[in-house]
Amino acid sequence: MYDTLIIGAGMSGLAAGIRLAYYDQRVCIVERHTTIGGLNGFYRLRGRDYDVGLHALTNITPKGAKRGPLARLLRQLRLSWDDFDISPQVGSEIVFPGVRLLFDNDLDLFRAEIARAFPAQSDNFERLLAEVAEYDDLNETHAAISARARLGELLTEPLLVEMLFCPLMFYGSAREHDMDWGQFSIMFRSIFMEGLGRPHAGVRLILKQLVRKFRGLGGELKLRTGVERLHVENGRVAGVVLQNGETIEAKRVLSSAGWPETMRLCDDGQPVTAQRPPGRLSFCETIATLDVEPKRLGHDRTITFYNDNPSFDWSESHEPCDLRSGVICSPNNFEYDEPLDKEGSGVMRITALANFDYWRGLDEDAYRLEKSRWYDRITDAAIRFIPDYRGRVIDTDMFTPTTIVRFTGHDNGAIYGAPEKQLDGRTHLDNLFICGTDQGFVGIIGAITSGIGMANMHCLK
Amino acid sequence: MTRDEIKLEVLDILSDIAPDEDLSQLKDEQSFREQMELDSMDFLDIVMELRKRHRIQIPEDDYVNLASMDSTVTYLEPLMKDIQRV
Repeated sequence: MYDTLIIGAGMSGLAAGIRLAYYDQRVCIVERHTTIGGLNGFYRLRGRDYDVGLHALTNITPKGAKRGPLARLLRQLRLSWDDFDISPQVGSEIVFPGVRLLFDNDLDLFRAEIARAFPAQSDNFERLLAEVAEYDDLNETHAAISARARLGELLTEPLLVEMLFCPLMFYGSAREHDMDWGQFSIMFRSIFMEGLGRPHAGVRLILKQLVRKFRGLGGELKLRTGVERLHVENGRVAGVVLQNGETIEAKRVLSSAGWPETMRLCDDGQPVTAQRPPGRLSFCETIATLDVEPKRLGHDRTITFYNDNPSFDWSESHEPCDLRSGVICSPNNFEYDEPLDKEGSGVMRITALANFDYWRGLDEDAYRLEKSRWYDRITDAAIRFIPDYRGRVIDTDMFTPTTIVRFTGHDNGAIYGAPEKQLDGRTHLDNLFICGTDQGFVGIIGAITSGIGMANMHCLK
Repeated sequence: MTRDEIKLEVLDILSDIAPDEDLSQLKDEQSFREQMELDSMDFLDIVMELRKRHRIQIPEDDYVNLASMDSTVTYLEPLMKDIQRV
């Protein structure tokens, strides 16, 4: 009998596991995939290492900072700042027609950029900063008011509003068209007021540290161990039936599988999507390996958020991929002590909204063909905003919404899960709780925070 | 444990929770929250560490007593008087 069984060895499940194992619980994490990480994974292809999911860590505060989500989660996991070996970004940008706004981990650059491009909005922007800084993220209730409505009151330049929404939605809005004010504030702080960074070794270092810690505390991790169903008796999970036929007993279950996905596992006939529809927003991502570092081609930006229209449309793509907007990430462009690749190669990743139904509907041959067709279209769309690197590509890869389903199990390949979050993590069963994407926080720091928060609230107190 | 021993034990817990923190400057009468920016998650850890190390159960309503070093030691003194420091 375990004290807690955790479904999913992604960031949130591993973080929750560390908390519980640290306080002497018998904990088991079951992961149906052959590897850990969930949405945030890593792989090796033709001799090169790649990350999936992670472009950059958000919420990067300097070593020694006491405030903010990063400092909090390091304390909670008993990790030191150096364990994640984070290098800050070189600098990023938001590019819309006729306007380019630079930002880095020093808010003053962004302030100056806004004063330059939108001089009449400087004071309004300061008011926005003050409001965002005041928002209390440990208060459980996300302020549910519309961020679009609030920004419309604070800023009088619609283009600036769109340019602010673009990065925040790409990095964490499960909801189409708008965000709630709480989520907006959390994302704004995490990207513009704290900042972006990346470990030299990428996401594998973070996952490795989490697993090492978890196992070191006596936690058990079972890979290739999918959950078939949660057997319910008298309003409680009485047993966890695995796909291999085995049944595991645990006092409580913490699931990072997602809300509809977890409801579907319950064998008491719980309605799955009626009260909480799954998300519709999914991504394609192209990955290009270059024979040269991007900065040698004149591209030194860490992340480029682009949109080719004065207004930014954050909604399910009607096309296989939405070519109007995207995110370009170069993992080379962080302030590392040594280059990312000793031989001087570079990587360019481009993320764009994509239509899940289209990609799911293709047979194997068509899928391969469409992948290479849309790889080209996404790249062609992105190089309108950055130097053309197409002649320097020596290897490529691409993921689609169906890849996301394979690794995360999320319905529709919904990258940020369901638009309606379950902030307190409770379900209709006394001893079943959820953590991760559908609980409320997204991104790596958000997912870890979610795992810690739900473990504290439901499994430790 | 004496008051001084309890204080050492609490300092040990705090250094565990916040390994990068310099605790030598900590003022006994001032709140942890102000000096170390501890939040509600950290206070839960102080409680959990006391439970893990000394089997002391602190009800949620009593968490307010853990605000500063002085108040914490005063609160813990009767609960820890029969515990030997190791």
